[in-house]
Amino acid sequence: MFELIGIPPQALFGQLLLGLINGSFYAILSLGLAVIFGLLNIINFAHGAQYMLGAFVAWMLLNYLGIGYWWALLIVPLVVGAFGIVLERLMIARLYHLDHLYGLLLTFGLALIIQGLLRNQYGISGLPYSIPPQLSGGQNLGFMFLPNYRGWVVVASLIVCVGTWFVIEKTRLGAYLRAATENPTLVGAFGINVPRMITLTYGFGVALAAFAGVLAAPVYSVNPNMGADLIIVVFAVVVIGGMGSILGSIVTGFSLGLIEGLTKVFYPEASSVVIFVIMAIVLLVKPAGLFGRAA
Amino acid sequence: MASLSGAEAAVATKTADAAGSAPLLSVRDLEAWYGESHVLHGVTFDVRAGEVVTLLGRNGAGKTTTLKSIMGILPKRKGSVTFEGREMMHLPARHVARAGIAFCPEERGIFASLDVEENLMLPPEVKPGGMSVEQIFELFPNLKERLSSQGTKLSGGEQQMLAIGRILRTGAKMLLLDEPTEGLAPVIIQQIGRTIARLKEEGFTIVLVEQNFRFASTVADRHYVVEQGKVVDMIQNGELDANIGKIEAYLGV
Repeated sequence: MFELIGIPPQALFGQLLLGLINGSFYAILSLGLAVIFGLLNIINFAHGAQYMLGAFVAWMLLNYLGIGYWWALLIVPLVVGAFGIVLERLMIARLYHLDHLYGLLLTFGLALIIQGLLRNQYGISGLPYSIPPQLSGGQNLGFMFLPNYRGWVVVASLIVCVGTWFVIEKTRLGAYLRAATENPTLVGAFGINVPRMITLTYGFGVALAAFAGVLAAPVYSVNPNMGADLIIVVFAVVVIGGMGSILGSIVTGFSLGLIEGLTKVFYPEASSVVIFVIMAIVLLVKPAGLFGRAA
Repeated sequence: MASLSGAEAAVATKTADAAGSAPLLSVRDLEAWYGESHVLHGVTFDVRAGEVVTLLGRNGAGKTTTLKSIMGILPKRKGSVTFEGREMMHLPARHVARAGIAFCPEERGIFASLDVEENLMLPPEVKPGGMSVEQIFELFPNLKERLSSQGTKLSGGEQQMLAIGRILRTGAKMLLLDEPTEGLAPVIIQQIGRTIARLKEEGFTIVLVEQNFRFASTVADRHYVVEQGKVVDMIQNGELDANIGKIEAYLGV
């Protein structure tokens, strides 16, 4: 086997795979944030809690109702997305005429409440969720061992990200969404129900987070803090990609996961800060983000 | 102020006379606010089916605000707007659109994140019998060649054609056009004028906001003069020449 600058290939590819897994979650979560921010102009601080809620609802479905992983992948986004729709209708919708800051405060408060309730009920030690039997085991690729489930996470998140991008950029529905992001008043004056579109968009963004939560359940332990830990990095990803940019959030999510993985190989001490260093540089050089349009 | 309200009463009577049959769009004592600032102070006018009517007036007289208030875009308003006999005042903009009134804003409202085709196809059909895309291309051949361009990459004239073209698809027969000739070259203005004449032939009813009364006189049946948030006069297009001095005074030209 070859060695790359003294790094054994197993370690290199292993970390790249880990980076790609993390990148998958960064991509789905920052995509949801971008979709929500674009239309609602709200920074959804509850996004991490909604991701965590996705993992928890999957765990509850399995342990209380005996509903397994594959059904959870379908049911959980619907349930948590519906919860998001109720939140939007009852609370967030009252804040659109106010400064962004109020939406941020509301969703941050909601995140703390959801996390607190689950911490109170289930503790912080984490609940196990096993890999579905169809995806246990792995492939020996010669240069590395690829666990099947991790491969599936990357493929599933790519499908969801590309699918969302396609709907937004290439379909009639997406054209409504883009137009309403630019000028909701005029879109309303054409006879389109913009408030309903806003509600459904929020529900969709939340459902994406919940989907990521189900994907994450077998990889990380199901823990009330799992979202809070991740969401800080995801916000950095969103800033780097450019607030509200769909393609930007996907590409940046995956790339930053990989960069983080590479940093773990070559300079592990920096791995937890590398994304924030990149964020600082991007903010200095291109404040609108790599894919963002200057306001 | 006393003399002004006298003039208003005269306009209202004249309006009622001109109407004869029931008007398609009837605006009564329309008031509107931008935040705390009171912009319309009781606008009253009628438009009959098939007419082209202009709102003439200086900058800031309240012409655009009148269109936006009819459309339901301004939340703070009172008075009455009836369309086909139905009261519109309590309706949000999307229901006014669904009732069959289409709006083409002054800033044109072409979406930068949509290409020309997406912009053209954006407004949903609200009534049967809208123009087909082919008929719109016949009116505005330029659009056909630029379908995949980004909406805002078009020239000002092409953007105006797109802004008018896209509302012809919807089946709405009442069009509110806000200064469609603003900032355009004379040859484009002529094309817009021919289009409006053609739309009138096809049975569209049009309210046109204009500052350029020479252009307005080539397309309109009647002109309402708006001053300080009120309709202060109504002039038949045929009587325009006789009233030229009066109009120049109103418009300050």
